[in-house]
Amino acid sequence: MLKDQDRIFTNLYGMHDRTLKGAQARGHWDGTAAILAKGRDWIVQSMKDSGLRGRGGAGFPTGLKWSFMPKESDGRPAYLVINADESEPGTCKDREIMRHDPHTLIEGALIASFAMNAHTCYIYIRGEYIREKEALQAAIDEAYDAGLLGKNAANSGWDFDLFLHHGAGAYICGEETALIESLEGKKGMPRMKPPFPAGAGLYGCPSTVNNVESIAVVPTILRRGPEWFSSFGRPNNVGTKLFGISGHVNNPCVVEEAMSISFEELIDKHCGGIKGGWDNLLAVIPGGSSVPCVRGENMRDAIMDFDYLRNDLGSGLGTAAVIVMDKQTDIIKAIWRLAKFYKHESCGQCTPCREGTGWMMRVMDRLVKGEAEIEEIDMLWDVTKQVEGHTICALGDAAAWPIQGLIRNFREEIEDRIKANKTGRMGAMAAE
Amino acid sequence: MLRRLHSEQPDSFAFTPANLAWAEGQITKYPDGRQASAVIPLLWRAQEQEGWLSKPAIELVADMLGMAYIRVLEVASFYFMFQLQPVGSVAHIQICGTTSCMICGAEDLVAVCQEKIANKPHEVSADGKFSWEEVECLGSCTNAPMAQIGKDYYEDLTAASFTKLLEELSAGKVPTPGPQNGRYSSEPLSGLTSLQEYESGKTKYNASVQLASDIGDTVKRIQGDEVPLLTPWVGKDGVVAGRAAEAPTPPAPATPKPAAKQAEEAKKAAKPAKNAAPAKTTEAPKADVAEAEPEVLKAARGDKADNLKLLKGVGPKLEETLNKLGFFHFDQVAAWGEAEVAWVDARLKFKGRIERDGWIEQAKKLAAGEETEFAKRAKDDGTYDK
Repeated sequence: MLKDQDRIFTNLYGMHDRTLKGAQARGHWDGTAAILAKGRDWIVQSMKDSGLRGRGGAGFPTGLKWSFMPKESDGRPAYLVINADESEPGTCKDREIMRHDPHTLIEGALIASFAMNAHTCYIYIRGEYIREKEALQAAIDEAYDAGLLGKNAANSGWDFDLFLHHGAGAYICGEETALIESLEGKKGMPRMKPPFPAGAGLYGCPSTVNNVESIAVVPTILRRGPEWFSSFGRPNNVGTKLFGISGHVNNPCVVEEAMSISFEELIDKHCGGIKGGWDNLLAVIPGGSSVPCVRGENMRDAIMDFDYLRNDLGSGLGTAAVIVMDKQTDIIKAIWRLAKFYKHESCGQCTPCREGTGWMMRVMDRLVKGEAEIEEIDMLWDVTKQVEGHTICALGDAAAWPIQGLIRNFREEIEDRIKANKTGRMGAMAAE
Repeated sequence: MLRRLHSEQPDSFAFTPANLAWAEGQITKYPDGRQASAVIPLLWRAQEQEGWLSKPAIELVADMLGMAYIRVLEVASFYFMFQLQPVGSVAHIQICGTTSCMICGAEDLVAVCQEKIANKPHEVSADGKFSWEEVECLGSCTNAPMAQIGKDYYEDLTAASFTKLLEELSAGKVPTPGPQNGRYSSEPLSGLTSLQEYESGKTKYNASVQLASDIGDTVKRIQGDEVPLLTPWVGKDGVVAGRAAEAPTPPAPATPKPAAKQAEEAKKAAKPAKNAAPAKTTEAPKADVAEAEPEVLKAARGDKADNLKLLKGVGPKLEETLNKLGFFHFDQVAAWGEAEVAWVDARLKFKGRIERDGWIEQAKKLAAGEETEFAKRAKDDGTYDK
C-alpha cells in the first residue's frame, strides 16, 4: 500500500488547513521559482521521464503532449486550458482536488503554462460544482494576493494569469475541442481534428487541454524527481492515481493509491470489501461509464492500470472511476441507464451518434423488460458497431462500448430475460 | 432534446447593481474582442438572480456582449443547467440518476419527488415551492445517492433523510448540505484508511459545506453582494499582466449581422441611392458629376491589348466599344475616378454598369496580376477562347 509520505494529495478530504498557509506547510509552493529557472526544456523532459499519462481518461503521455506546443511564438499567444468538466459517470476525483487541495492545481498551472510558453491559463470547471468553484476561486485570489500569480508570478519573472471559467451542464464539454468551443461562448460541439489544439485551439491560438489531476501532480513530480514518481506501478503505467470507488462496496471513497494496485487490495484496504462478500460481486466498470464492464470473477485479481485492463480484460482504466455492482443489481438496467445518459448528452452534431444513441437506448429499454427477440441482441451489437468510429469525437465510441461490454459479458442474462418474458417462467439465471 | 423558451415571458429583466458589477468583472477575464466567452457565466448569474432564464434576460446578455440573440439562445437551450421555465419558489431539486446513484437508490429519491412535489419533472408543486428533475451524473459518485438543491449538494441520502430535507425546506429552514450520514467528505465511512499520519484539528465542515454555511445562500436568489467581487488579475494600472506580456489574441472572425439588422441597414443605404440614381440617369447626368476625359490611347501599348472581357460585365461587344474609345488595358480602367466614370458612362449604352459590376476593383486586381473569381472561371471554362 502507498505510504502517506508518498501521497501527493495530502489534504484530499479537506481535514487539514485548506488555505495557502496550510498548503505551504504541507510543502506546496516550495521553490516554484527555482523550478521555472531550470527552463522549459528541463520541465518537459522531466515530465516525459516521469512517465505520467494523462489522468482524464485517454492516458496520453503528458510530457509528450506538452512538447507538441510551438517552441517559439509566431505572434499568437499560447494557452493552457485545464479540463475540470468532470462529468463522466463514476468520476468524482477532481472535485476533491479543487475544493480541498486547490493549491496543487494552481501551482501546477503556473509550471505547466511556463513550460508551454503560455501567459494565460483557463480552468473550465463544470457548472454544477458551485461550491468547488467558489473554493477554487478563493484559493486563486489568495495566490494573487501573495504574488504567486499575476505579474512576476512567484518571483519567477514570468507574468501569468489564471482564470476560472465554468460550464453549464454539458458532458460533451469534457471533450477538448468542445470545451474550447464552449469557452469561446458557443455551443459545446466538438471540432474536427486536424487542426489539433496545439496548432489552433482556443481563440485560434496554440492550446493544450489537460485534466485537473494531470496538472495537479506536476509540482510534486518536479520537486521529488521523475524517478520517484515512476517507482510506483508497472512500466508504462507508473505513478500514483486517485481512485473513486462507488456502488456496492461497504465504504465508497476517493483515495490516492499506487498504479497497478490489485483490485482486491484496493477494495479490501480502503472500501471494506464488497457488499455481501466477494462471492456476491457481479460486475465492475473499472474506469468510468465509457469503458466496458467486466465480470466480477475476472476482476478480483485484476491489476488496476491502463495496459492490464485494456489488454487482458478488454476494458480500460479511464478515469479510474470504479463502479462496483453486486449480484442484486439489474446489470441490464444499469447499462441501460448509461445508454440513456449518452442519448441525453449527445451534442447532436454527427448523425450516427445523435440517432444511434437514441436507437441503442430504445433497444436497451426493451431488453431490460425482456420484451424483445433474441435476434435483437445481434442487431443492437450491429448498431453499436455503426456508431463506433463514425463520429467526430469519442462520445459515439463511449456510448457504444458499455453496451458491447454488456453483450460480451452478460449475453446469457439478456437471453434469459427474453425467454422468461416469452414463457412467463423465470429462467435459471434470473431465479438466482 | 428539444428545449424552447417558456410560453409566458416577463416584460423585462435587469441585473441588480451588484450583479451587473460582477458581470462586468467576469468580462475582464477574456481578451479584448472575445467577450462572448463570458456568455455562460452571465446567463448563469441571470438565472441565479431570477431562478430561471427568461427571454428578456437572454436578450440583455446578448446586448451586453455584442452577440446576436440567436447565438445566446442557442447557448441557453444547449446547456441543461439553464432552466427555460419557472421553477419552484423555494428550490429546484435535481436528483442525480446516473448509474452509480441509480444502483445506490436514486430511484427511491425520484419516487419521493413524484409523491411530494409533482408527478412530472419541471412541474411546479401545488404550493408553488418546489420543482424537480432527474439530471445526469453530478460528479459526487462516492457519496451516492445525492441531490443538488439550490447551490448545494446533499449527499449520502436515503428516501427517509431526503423526505426530511424536503420538509425542513418547506418550513423555511435550510438543512446543512454535504453528506447526510455522518461522513466528512469522500473518505471511507468507517474511518480513514489513508492520510492518518497527522491530525491538524479539522474545521467543522468540508470545503463545500463550510462555504455553504458561511455564505448561507443555498436556496437564495443571488443579489451579487453575497461574495465580494474580486478581480485580482486586473493590476493597479488596469492592465492584465499575462495579457500585456504576450502578443494580442487574434480577433474573432466577423459574424454576419442578424437578418433583421441587415434588412434595416440595407433600407437605410438604399434610400440616398434612390434619390441620386434618377438624377443621374434622367435629365442632367452632366450636372451630377462633372465629366473628365480619361487618358486614352490610339492603340494598345506594344500592340498587345489586355483581354478586357475578363472583367465581369464586359462582353465582346462592350470590349469593342471600349477599344474604340481608346481603352486597351486594365490599368487604364483601374485609374478611372468618379469624373472619368461619368465620361465613359455617357458614351456607353449601359449607364451605371461600371459601378454595378465593379469594373474598377476588378481592373485593379487584374492589373496587379491577381485573379478575380470571374476571370479565373472564364479562363478555366474557356468562355472567350476563339
